[in-house]
Amino acid sequence: MNLETTLGETNSTVWIIILGMTLVTYIPRMLPLVALDAEKIPPVLARMLRNIPYAALGALIFPGILGIHDQLWYGLVGGIVAVGVAYTGAHLIVVVLSSVVVLSALALLL
Amino acid sequence: MTSRAQTQLPGFLQGIQAGLTIAIGYMPIALAFGLLAKNTGISLMHTVGMSLFVFAGASQFMALGLLALGTGTVEIIFSTFIVNIRHLLMSMSINEKAVPESKLRKMVYAFGITDEVFAVASTREGGVGSHYLYGLSLMAYSSWVINSGIGYAAGTALPPAFQQGMSIALYAMFIGLLIPSVKKYRKALFLAVTAGLLNSLLVLILPVGWAIIGATIGAVLLMELIQKEEK
Repeated sequence: MNLETTLGETNSTVWIIILGMTLVTYIPRMLPLVALDAEKIPPVLARMLRNIPYAALGALIFPGILGIHDQLWYGLVGGIVAVGVAYTGAHLIVVVLSSVVVLSALALLL
Repeated sequence: MTSRAQTQLPGFLQGIQAGLTIAIGYMPIALAFGLLAKNTGISLMHTVGMSLFVFAGASQFMALGLLALGTGTVEIIFSTFIVNIRHLLMSMSINEKAVPESKLRKMVYAFGITDEVFAVASTREGGVGSHYLYGLSLMAYSSWVINSGIGYAAGTALPPAFQQGMSIALYAMFIGLLIPSVKKYRKALFLAVTAGLLNSLLVLILPVGWAIIGATIGAVLLMELIQKEEK
């Protein structure tokens, strides 16, 4: 299979795509930091912005965590392990490794 | 997370330390990205270049998928924009927490604000400064770029069971970041659960980047309404 023709993209086309992706990724990350003056933001909006991390974490976790395997319960088990270990106050790396070890072991059994 | 040793370290090293978890979490994903890039037929330079310049996991996988389908340049760039516009919201939130610094420094650390860097930085106690964010994103970035290259060059991923197990890593990290806040503030639990449920509905009708934005804003607005009722 000739990949160059399969892709239908030349070397420079891929670089143009990468350049475009770079700009549309960087600009949204950068604009608020240089354009917004945190001291001039009204208190109500500032409070809402400080609430964003918790909401964003919820949306980043769910329902994505269920999609890591065909079986929904697989991700759910990993999530429950993470919640349990995190609740004990363990270090973040311990939380991550515990879930990974439990799910790797489960994957061997599946 | 708030050990005595950490508060004594300079900001950059605190960032490096906090970034280790992200570096571990990125490893299997970046290896998979490199491997998939090779199978898609782009060069090693393109693969490492994409990780080096774009530094955004989900959209890089999507770009490979679209390249394989022979999708046009404009469509790929536009899809990337749709997926990554959520970072606008995350940067607005980081801006609230950031200590006042020169625009140049902010422009540098802005490059590194991925979901995971945002999650770690925004759940940190106190403010965040450029040195901390440089260290944090440098760890994430090195892992992402180096492992993309290794995945391509080695042409193999991790053993299947371990790879399957590693797929939980970033979710476990998000949970590990959320739980200490949940224990401290009840509103954190409400916000996270509401956003998770809203997101489950919104992903059915919206691209993933917009679903996250909608769910996040929706949960925050609902929280505001409830607080107003209580007053």
